[in-house]
Amino acid sequence: MKTYLISLFSPDGPPPEDLDLTKVMADLEVVNADIRAAGGWVFAGGLADQASATTIRRSRDGVADAVLTDGPFAEAKEHLGGLTILRSDDYDVVLGWAERIAGATGLPVEVRPFQGEGDPGQAPTDL
Amino acid sequence: MTVSGADIARVFRAEHGRAVSVLIRALGDIDLAEDAVQDAFTVAVERWPRDGMPPSPAGWIITTARRRAIDRLRREATREARHTEALALYAAEENTAATQEGPVKDERLRLVFTCCHPALSREAQIALTLRLLGGLTTPEIAHAFLVPESTMAQRIVRAKSKIRSAGIPYRVPRDEDLPARLASVLSVLYLVFTEGHTATAGADLGRPDLAAEAIRLTRVLVELMPDEPEATGLLALMLLTEARRAARTDAAGELVVLAEQDRSLWDRALVDEGQALVRRCLRRGAPGPYQLQAAINAVHTDASTAAETDWSQVVALYDHLLRLAPTDVVRLNRAVAVAELDGPQAALALLDGLDLDGYVAFHVVRAELLGRLARWPESATEWDRAAGLSDNEPESRHLLARAAGAAARTGDRR
Repeated sequence: MKTYLISLFSPDGPPPEDLDLTKVMADLEVVNADIRAAGGWVFAGGLADQASATTIRRSRDGVADAVLTDGPFAEAKEHLGGLTILRSDDYDVVLGWAERIAGATGLPVEVRPFQGEGDPGQAPTDL
Repeated sequence: MTVSGADIARVFRAEHGRAVSVLIRALGDIDLAEDAVQDAFTVAVERWPRDGMPPSPAGWIITTARRRAIDRLRREATREARHTEALALYAAEENTAATQEGPVKDERLRLVFTCCHPALSREAQIALTLRLLGGLTTPEIAHAFLVPESTMAQRIVRAKSKIRSAGIPYRVPRDEDLPARLASVLSVLYLVFTEGHTATAGADLGRPDLAAEAIRLTRVLVELMPDEPEATGLLALMLLTEARRAARTDAAGELVVLAEQDRSLWDRALVDEGQALVRRCLRRGAPGPYQLQAAINAVHTDASTAAETDWSQVVALYDHLLRLAPTDVVRLNRAVAVAELDGPQAALALLDGLDLDGYVAFHVVRAELLGRLARWPESATEWDRAAGLSDNEPESRHLLARAAGAAARTGDRR
């Protein structure tokens, strides 16, 4: 089993007027249900507006105070808008779910494996 | 008979895909499999000249490579897991010992689909296919694509590492994914072939080795997937195109266009084989883009002179192709055939609105059609444009000569 992160990238600002968010959420829930049924579910969620982000920097020695900046780490036109974490031993199946998430939201989606496989930090947590 | 180093290298290249694919399956790791085959090569260089070529070279390579891999894993068995792995392999080896040089299970199809997985970039797919399936070395691949060796090496390392960390599966795709995944494999092979046919850049028109390699690998694919008419269609397309190689350049290495080629120089055996394949796959009644392009080439190779070409047949095939692949490149090629049937004016009108500015062939076709209409200044401009876009030296020289020819006729009356 490998653990994968599926990230969704949203453009800045409020969602377009004509977007039926209820339908998007319902479509995503269908994919989520399939991921749960396959036993791969770890976590998924949408993030609040990037204006709500705070970036924190601190040197590794921990002597200097942390520096807090109001705003996201990277200023960009598109930012991380939501994520799904799941486990699977079939990469093609993961890509298939990612394609469905992209199709439900119309947003670009990135699939990325977590490092290693036996890391305890990757134990599935059913919430 | 003595076995030379060149013989051994040739056998290893021919059997590389088969051996590596079996070993990847056994070892679960591409690098381990490649190293093991490399080790087997070292052993072969030592033994084959003395003992002669084994009856089944593929079987010998796989057996030897597997033993070497076990040794290697034992040496490196600092962790329990590795040792277990070696033991598991050893067991597998014992089980197959009785048949050790008998028929080898063919795992190459898995390998092809892994190399051409859509999560890898096209460049990575090409490099991996040539390296793992074709047995080409990294410097050979780098040279073929005019890329620095270090760039190519990095590309291959990165691709293998993605296969490992993302968990790209080592298997033939499920039926529902197969058409899309096969299309990806076919385009990789066709890209290798077209680069061999007309190189993107350089002093030579084509790279015969690369074209031959693409044909060899496509033959393997057709052998592995005999029921896929598009694979057969691609092979036919390659053979019919390759058949014309000797006629495509003159004694000085300059390009000769299809209409002016000495057709007696065409390779008859390749033409015959290609045409037979076209007939065979079209009979299955599932025409696809490669089969139709092969059929178009079959029409060309049917004509003993350019004038005898059955252009209405060519246009009909392009119409069919356009329904399956409605792209501007197909529309451009169709216009070339229309020019022969309905004249240059009709063909030129078909080029309006095509979004192909900057594509060499587009400017070549415009230049040719404008020339036929005696619109020389415009024709010369288009030839110049085409020449400026081509980094292939013989092609670019040919285009410049055509530009000069058109410019010289600028004063001519229509």
